[in-house]
Amino acid sequence: MAKDVAIIGVGQSTFVRNYEGSVRELAFEAFREAIKDAGITPDDIDASIIGSAPEYDKQRSPSGLVAEYLGLNPQPTFAIETVCSSSTTGIRAAYALIKSGLHDVVVVLGFQKMSEITSADSQERMGRGADIMWESPFGTMMPANYAMHARAHMNKYGSTEKDLALIRLKAAKYGQLNEKAVYRKGLELDQILNADPVASPLKRFDCCANADGSSCIILASADRAKEISKKPVWLMGLGSATASLTMTGRDSFAGLDCARLAAKQAYEMAGVGPADINVAEVHDCFTIAELLAYEALGFAEPGKGVDLIREGETYLEGKIPVNVDGGLLSKGHPIGATGGSQVRTIVLQLRGEAGDIQVPDPEIGLVHNIGGVGIYGNVIIFGR
Amino acid sequence: MGFEKFGRISFASQTKVGDFIDYLEKGELAATKCQQCGRVYFPPRSDCPWCPDSAVDWIKIEGTGKLVTFTKVHYGPTGFEDDTPYTLAVADFNGVKVFGRISKELAEEDTTVGMDLKAVTVTLLGGQLSYELVPA
Repeated sequence: MAKDVAIIGVGQSTFVRNYEGSVRELAFEAFREAIKDAGITPDDIDASIIGSAPEYDKQRSPSGLVAEYLGLNPQPTFAIETVCSSSTTGIRAAYALIKSGLHDVVVVLGFQKMSEITSADSQERMGRGADIMWESPFGTMMPANYAMHARAHMNKYGSTEKDLALIRLKAAKYGQLNEKAVYRKGLELDQILNADPVASPLKRFDCCANADGSSCIILASADRAKEISKKPVWLMGLGSATASLTMTGRDSFAGLDCARLAAKQAYEMAGVGPADINVAEVHDCFTIAELLAYEALGFAEPGKGVDLIREGETYLEGKIPVNVDGGLLSKGHPIGATGGSQVRTIVLQLRGEAGDIQVPDPEIGLVHNIGGVGIYGNVIIFGR
Repeated sequence: MGFEKFGRISFASQTKVGDFIDYLEKGELAATKCQQCGRVYFPPRSDCPWCPDSAVDWIKIEGTGKLVTFTKVHYGPTGFEDDTPYTLAVADFNGVKVFGRISKELAEEDTTVGMDLKAVTVTLLGGQLSYELVPA
């Protein structure tokens, strides 16, 4: 395994419905935890990358503001945006900056404060993540586009609404253990199946909640990582791919091509396969998204992902634990912060510091983070 | 200008494929076709990235399409709240995919993947122009 770039510090704010503070203070919550975790000060950081989706709060060009508040002037900073996968795209850029020798220590800070606008306005912003000329005039919204993928999967493979409910049931179980999750209530199967429809076949509990939150990941070169950290977690493989933003540009709706391609790249770079992964965090903004991830990542053959959840194989005790921190479904999905939160969970797992949700002695972990409805796909594989 | 006439709420006004609106006014759903390689584009586009110097022709989307996937939306985004429920769908017209709404006349229980649909043009409140999918 190449040991070129490592994660030396992780942090995450509590994800909440209505953060009672400003964007800069929200960003600092994750940063404080990450620099304390790494045992460094802002002077040790060579550059910052800020991930956030536009138009949720009013601050334009937030990188400058956030970098100043974090004490990161005069080091360079810039923004990266691939909506829901912004912070893992930031990690990809940080990897390149460090591997090239340009910088030794880079911080990736993701944040989103979604409570500044109403839920309908937030759906309108997300709907404009579709093609604004040709799709948004019909009233597009994020759950609808995932719902069309769910319908196609059910029609092609016979997956059911109950299968999706089982995924939420797992998320609800682990959400109760996660102090940083926005949704910590237990749920019963009937409650999930009988909830109000949002965009058929998806119902209320098939959808994650909007949240305010921040995440912070600090990356370092091999030399600096060994100086700073007792337990560096190494980036073994990175994959990234795109697919058409428009629904009409897709060959199939029963899977996400960008995720499948990104996974293939990440496995090849890491020199491992799906069976080598001990713990995974996948982008479950909707229950169907987790099911599609099982298949894109090769944990199951196409159409067979339902067997994993029906047989409990993605629980802590199963053969491939997935989203045992509650996932986006329980944690909430503060867009720019989400990927960093997933990475934090995997880093804690590989360090053996995951507490109640610790998988026994994992060596290799995986993060799958999707932007939009399968527009941008990032898969990163980590080793200790 | 002109494209602001498309759909319940249009988010763009200027485009080189604004003739799409003229076709809708004539009751036709139109796509573009690259003069050089023959690729058909829907939604229509004025440029072909594979043939950067080629022009495009307008062609009509006619006949029967197959329903690929659909969803009945119960919560609308801002501007669509009082329009719910409505059904969004993708249909395939001989390899050309069309995104749009299925007519509110068709009940969800009668809507099935693979069913035959045709595209018809519609005039919305305020004279806005659009199209929808109806059973063939």
